[in-house]
Formats: sequence, structure tokens, C-alpha cells
Amino acid sequence: MNRPRRQANAARDDRTTGAIRRAALLAGLALATSSCNRGILDPVGPVGHAEKLILINSTAIMLAIIIPTMIATLAVAWWFRAGNKKAHYRPNWEYSGAVELVVWSIPALTILLLGGIIWIGSHDLDPAKPLAAPPGSDPLNVEVVSLDWKWLFIYPDQGIATVNQLVVPQGVPVSYRLTSATVWNVFFIPQFGTMIYTMPRMTTRLNLQGDRAGVYDGISAHYSGDGFSGMGFKVHTLPPAQFASWAAGARGAGPVLDGTSYAELVKPSSYVKPITYGAVVPGLFDDIVANRAPPPFAPSTTPPSMHVSPKPPGEPNHVR
Amino acid sequence: MFGRLTWHSIPFDQPIPLITSLVVLLVIAAIAIWVWRNGWWPYLWHEYITSTDHKRIGVMYVVLALVMLVRGFADAIMMRAQQSLAIGASQGYLPPEHYDQIFSAHGTIMIFFMAMPFIIGLMNFVVPLQLGVRDVAFPTMNNVSFWLTASGALLVNLSLFIGEFARTGWLAFPPLSEKAFSPGVGVDYYLVALQIAGVGTVLTAVNFVTTILKIRAPGMSYMRMPVFCWTSLAANLLILAAFPVLTATYAMLMLDRYLGFHFFTNDGGGNSMLYMNLIWVWGHPEVYILALPAFGIYSEVAATFSGKPLFGYRSMVFATMAICIISFCVWLHHFFTMGAGADVNAIFGIASTIIAVPTGVKIFNWLFTMYGGRVRFTTPMYYLVGFMLTFAIGGLTGVLLAIPPVDFVVHNSMFLVAHFHNVIIGAVVFGVMAGYTYWFPKAFGFTLDERLGKIIFWCWFIGFYLAWFPEYALGFMGATRRLQHISDPTWKPYLDVAMVGAVIILAGIVLTVVQLIYSIRTRDRRLDLTGDPWDGRTLEWLTLSPPPHFNFAVLPDVHNEDAYWTRKLTAIREEKLIEEPKYEDIEMPLNTPVGVICAFFASVTGFAVIWYIWWLAILGLIGSFVAMVWYAWHDEHEHIIPAAEVAELERERRRVRAELLKTLTVPA
Repeated sequence: MNRPRRQANAARDDRTTGAIRRAALLAGLALATSSCNRGILDPVGPVGHAEKLILINSTAIMLAIIIPTMIATLAVAWWFRAGNKKAHYRPNWEYSGAVELVVWSIPALTILLLGGIIWIGSHDLDPAKPLAAPPGSDPLNVEVVSLDWKWLFIYPDQGIATVNQLVVPQGVPVSYRLTSATVWNVFFIPQFGTMIYTMPRMTTRLNLQGDRAGVYDGISAHYSGDGFSGMGFKVHTLPPAQFASWAAGARGAGPVLDGTSYAELVKPSSYVKPITYGAVVPGLFDDIVANRAPPPFAPSTTPPSMHVSPKPPGEPNHVR
Repeated sequence: MFGRLTWHSIPFDQPIPLITSLVVLLVIAAIAIWVWRNGWWPYLWHEYITSTDHKRIGVMYVVLALVMLVRGFADAIMMRAQQSLAIGASQGYLPPEHYDQIFSAHGTIMIFFMAMPFIIGLMNFVVPLQLGVRDVAFPTMNNVSFWLTASGALLVNLSLFIGEFARTGWLAFPPLSEKAFSPGVGVDYYLVALQIAGVGTVLTAVNFVTTILKIRAPGMSYMRMPVFCWTSLAANLLILAAFPVLTATYAMLMLDRYLGFHFFTNDGGGNSMLYMNLIWVWGHPEVYILALPAFGIYSEVAATFSGKPLFGYRSMVFATMAICIISFCVWLHHFFTMGAGADVNAIFGIASTIIAVPTGVKIFNWLFTMYGGRVRFTTPMYYLVGFMLTFAIGGLTGVLLAIPPVDFVVHNSMFLVAHFHNVIIGAVVFGVMAGYTYWFPKAFGFTLDERLGKIIFWCWFIGFYLAWFPEYALGFMGATRRLQHISDPTWKPYLDVAMVGAVIILAGIVLTVVQLIYSIRTRDRRLDLTGDPWDGRTLEWLTLSPPPHFNFAVLPDVHNEDAYWTRKLTAIREEKLIEEPKYEDIEMPLNTPVGVICAFFASVTGFAVIWYIWWLAILGLIGSFVAMVWYAWHDEHEHIIPAAEVAELERERRRVRAELLKTLTVPA
């Protein structure tokens, strides 16, 4: 199989002045907030914040046990060294009910406490659970498809799509549906929180929100082949009004994502520069999940299913 | 005629594998000629290659493990160098198609051909001695097991020279490992090699479960067995339950790849999530297959060098068996991010953290074993204390990963990679190095150099912290694993420190070889004439070093835990050895070449299947079958060691022991 590693699949979105303006807007933002990628300890949304809190709390609970144990290990080993005449040698001491009770209780109680955190945390932060939207705003829907080796983001309500560039409104929950048109990947924006698998023929759900305007790194966090290292993407968080104008500007401008251009897009490539599609054939995501979209490495003819009217929003292979 | 095999299969255009292969071939040829010129081939053939002696087979396993440690580490340091170099504009020196093979081979070799053989080798050597018996239940099968494992190792290493190795990671997740995405021979090398080695591993488990359950010295009840025997029993029960799952999983993937089935494919109704579940149903117990025997080694080391019985023996046994069972109920924590519901994630998260309870108890029990003791800081004791400190941190990060909301941000990250190296190096490698140092004099009759041993410990200890703590930090910065190229230049300092750590570990590995050679050359100064160099407590120290072929002239009577310790104390108090018994003829298994012949044909079949050379595959299968039938037709599988010879050897031992006795006093 011949999979070219770095097929620069870019330079399509600078066809219109609108595209230039959008690019300038995003570039300006990128400059203004360029040094903000500090990973999961610098979260910018509610999900990431909650997860960081659980990480720190759990670490603190365990360190309270582990640090004294480590000190005791060194102290006991040192004090009872063979050369220490002051240490009391008890060659037959091998059991103490009281000590046994304590050594079973300490880890058991710790785990009991952590068990509560696990139960509550797992339910509160279930990736599929919708986030509370602020009054007057609806969650944004985004459909995510991992390809060899880039990310396709479809905005079904706006009728646009992007590659390797995710633009989301600031402070508004985003509801993701995710799948893969190739092997497994993991969709992950470290500063937003929760990652989730993208799997062929299946749909996963994820809800995230970015509260701070800026540009963030997104990655695939599951090895997917030779081009895997070049699968990074940028996430732009814009104030809602700017997001709306970005979406409006994108619509109709730039290339159209239909069967032909999708078949071109799925050809393996990595380190792909961002692309914006001004229109998307409806139902593309569901076609990909149902394996009706043109398969990778197929001749770029448009199969009939690409032209049928959008299906009702059924979810045939939803993972739950 | 030769299936997919052509001249293009040999990487003439890639200097790194080509030169490596040539160097390896030259080294093997040089060693073979050196052995031949010294006239050692007959000795090797009779005393090791065809041996059914559990001690010799154990030594061969450990030699295999040490060689594979070097191979696996070569992969490791190449990866570290690549990640240090390939940052920002630079692509480093390894293209993805090469780098991806290296990390896949590193994981596969280190787990299946380094850690497993090391653990199984130590079990082979020690368990029958500790149980006070003369061999394992099925000595010939033991030899077959070893050679099948070696056959798997051979095939994996052959992929360096002929063809390629898998580019899928060490667990070969589909659909990436399916024919549609990995059409080359790499995944086939991986699958076939591990299927052959897997048969060997399962046979080992059958052997050891039978041995421990059915063959023990008189009076050695379950609750008098040394803890290492308990942990070996637990590990082998886990192998028996888990490895068939692995074999079935790989068989399904092979059906997909070879015969166009659709177990895990994207089309035809396949479901790759099934593979993920099945592989981790094996994969999580596998961690404990490695860790439990290591815990057993630490228990032996702690008791011996503290001069005290193990604290809370019953607790230890209970904790071991609890881990054995719970480890089968937690596999889902390897993919919390697959989109299972909150209930499922929470239940598996809690189940996973419960394992921390018996594990924590073990740490405390080792601590209280040292408490009130007279701790001698030999090299194995350094490993024990180093392990207790390191493993505490590895346990912490493990529990963090078991909390689903935390796993959601560190899954598959460098944090995860740091965690499992923390437990594999901190628990398993430290453990097998402690066991290697501790039992070396029993195997060869002289101790390893202690000064070098401690330097090796410090190399592993410091090297580990330098190599892996930066990677914990990188995990928090959002670095994922298996990156051939790093985009963020701010990560470079962390990767450079990790590189330094890897170089320090390299020094430790080089010194391990130096220590071995130096100790052999100066063995006259470090002879173990008594058979009890460490003031031991369990039955392996009762016999001489190295033990006679039959281990014990008369099977020892066991009256309590620490069987040898009690016997030693009684002898000191009574100022004499026990009454000389009446010696009898001893029946011992004969050598047999059936293991090495079967493994040869298994390798031929494996190679043929990988390259689609079907006539050769059939020939190999027939050869293997004929060898088995030929062996089964033999009537004589044992030989007799006459009572007079036994008596002569045993009287020499008693003379040595009587001398030793004069120097001993009751500890107080």
C-alpha cells in the first residue's frame, strides 16, 4: 500500500477574499494568545476544570498515605540495619493482629474514599452527558471524522466543514458526534478535557466547552499508522458573535465537500494545512458511519448515495 | 515456490537493520566458533540444550531473557534518541515506517521475551527446590516449553533481517492490524511468533500448577509453602486462564488476515471493539503474571536479609490470591475512553482501585518484615527498598489512571507510558534483578560481585527516575505516546533528560555483563562452599550450590514455614545434623532432544506461514508431529542414580554442613 506521508493537501482556502479575512482573524487571535498551550493542568472549560480538580484531589489523598509510607520504609530499613547495636532484634516477630488490622484498613479506607470519587466523577463527567447551556444559547453541533491522517469537522447546522481546524464559540457547549473513516483514533483537545475514541462504523458522543478565547492544540491520542504524528489540529475559540460571523463568512465560500472532493480528501496525507469547505453534502457523516461514503483508495466517482436527501437523524451504530 | 519471499524482502536499502543483522550474525558465528574450538558443544548439548533438569532449563530461560533485554533496550534507546532529535523542523533519523516497527518490537520483546522468560526462568530454577522436590511434574514438557519460547523469540528477531516487523504497536489493534491497513508480513511475524511462544507459556503453566498442587516435600502443606511458590502458583493460574484468550484472539485475527474472515474488520459485520476487550482480558492479568512472582522474590529477599520470618504470611497469601482473582475483573480500565456508559466505567474503575488494597498490604508487610530485623544491605535488599519507594509512586499513578475522569485526560499519554514503565521497571525488573543476584550462587556455586551489583542497582534506580519522571510531566502537557515527530519544541528539555536516563540504564545493562564476566573470572574468591551463602530460610539453601541433579538425596521433612530455618536452628541447638538416613536409588528423567527438534520444526512452520510458503509449512508440521511420535514411542524416559552414588554426594554435603554448623549460633 502506498501511503504518501506528507501530501500537503492545502492551499485551497485562499481563493476568496472572505477566506483571507477569516485567516487574518484567526492568525491575529493566534498571535494574541499563542503561549497558552499548557496541557491538562491549564484547562479552559468546565470539563477540563472538573477533571483537573479530581486529579489533584485524588493525588493529594494518596500522597497523604504514600509519603509517610516511603519515609517509614527508609527509616525502618536504616534503623534496623545490621550494624545498629541500639536497634532491638526480634527474630521471631512475624504476626500482630493490631498491625494487620491497620495495614488492611489504611488502603481499604483510602479506596473507599476514592471509590466515591470514581462513582460521582464518572457520572458527572460522562462524555455523552450534555453540558448545561447558558440561557439563550443552544449547544453547537459538530460532527468529527478521523481520516488518514487528518481531522474532518462538519458543522451540520451551518452547512460548512473544516479540516484540521476546529472553530467553536467561547462559553457555549459543543456537542460532538464522532466516527472514523479509517482505523481507530482518539479525539483530544488537552486543555478542553475528556478525550474519546473515533471508531469506524460506530458513533461516539462527547460534550465539551471552551471558556477562554484562544487557539489550542488538538491531537489524535491513539496511534493510527505511519502519518500519526502529523495529525495535530488547531482549535480556535471565538466569542459567539465572531463565531457567527466566521460561520456566515465561510458558508458558500471555498470548495464544496461532496462525493468527489471527499474521495480526494480521504487519500492518505499528514501535516495537512487547514481547509474550509463552504458547503457540505447533507448526511455525509451518517453515510460515513454506514460505510456508504466513498471508501478510502476508491476511484473518485461519486456513489449514488451521496446525492440522496438527508436521512432522519437515526443513529444506527451508536455506542451506548 | 517461496510465497511472498523474494530478494526484496531483505532490507538492502536500509542501513540500520542491515548492519545490525550482519553484526548480530557475526557475533552469533563468533560465539559458535569459540564454543566449538573449546570443545564445549557436547557439554552444551547434554547439559543444557537437551536437559530436562528444571535448574538447567531455568538458566536457559534467564539467558534468553538477558539477551532479549539487550535487544529490547536497543529499541528503547533508539526511540529515546529519535524523540530527542525529531522536534519542530527536524524529522530525526528514523522515518515513521521504521520508528513504528521499533516501538512495536520493543513492547513485544520486553514483555513476551524478556520479562516472561526471566520470571519463568527464576520459577523454574527455584520452585522445585523450595518445594523440596527433585523436578517439575513434566520435565520433558518443560524443555519443550523453553524451546517453543525461544522459537518465538527467533522469529521476532528474524523480522529484522527478512521482511519487517509489525507497525501496529505491541498489541496490534485492528483495524490497523487487518490486511486492509497492514498488508505486509510484519503483523504476521508478530502473530505467528507469539502463537508459538504462547503454546510454550501455557505448557509451562500446566507444568507448574501441577507441580505446586501435586508434588511437594512430605509435610509441605499449602500454608507452609514459601511465598514465592504461592505467587508462582497464582501467576501460573493466571497464565492458564488468560493465555488461551490471547491465543484465541490472535487466531481470530489470523483468520481475518489469512482467510478473509471478518471478526475485527471494518466491513462484513466485524467489530474491532471485540478485539480491544479480548486482548485486555489477557493483557491485564498479564501484568500480574509478571508482578506477582516479583512480589514473591521480594518476600524471600525481605525475610532472608532481615533475619526474620516474613511478617503476616497468611495476609500475604490471601493478598496474592485476591490479586489473582480481581485482576480478571478490571480489563475495561484500559479503554474508559471508548464511550462506555458512566455505570460501566465507574464499576470497572472501582474494581481496579480495589487491587490497590492487597497490593498496599504487601508493601506494609515488607515494611514490618524489616521492622525488628537485622537488615543486611546486600544488592537484593537495595532492589527491595528501591522497589518499595518506586512502586508506591507507580501505584499512585495507577490508581489515578483507574479513575475514569482522570483517565479521560491522560489515557494513551506519556503519563500512561511512564506509569507502566514505573511498575514494570520498578517492580518486575528490580524484582528479577534481585532474584538473579539472590539465586545466582545457588545456580553456579559462587556469588556475583556485590560492589558492581550495587552500582548496577543505582544505574537502574537513577536511570529510571530520570527517564520516566519527565514523561509523567509530558503527559500532563498533553503529549501522547508513539510520536515519531514532536511538534512542540518546549518539550525538548524533558525528552533530553529522559535520554540521559536511558543512557544511565544502558550503563547498568553493560555493567550487568561486566559483572557476570568479572564474577566468573574471580569466582575462586567468592565460592559458595556451604550452599547457604545468605543465611537463608527456605529449602533451596539446604542443598549444595550448585545442587546435584536430584536436588535432595532424601526429600526433606517439613514441619512449619521457613522449613530450612527451623532445621538449621534445631541443628545448632542440638549441635549435630539430623540422623543419616538410609539412601535409596533415585529415578531421574533422561535428556531428550525432542524439545529442540519440535521447536526447530515450529520455527520452520512459522516462517513458512508468515511468507505463504505452504509446502514448507506442511513439511514443518509433519516434522514436528513425527518428532513427538518418535518421543512417545520410547519406553525408557528415566535413568537410575544408584544409592551408593547418592550416598557419596550426600556424605560430602553433610561434611560441609557439619563444618558450617560449628560456626553458627542461634540468633538473638
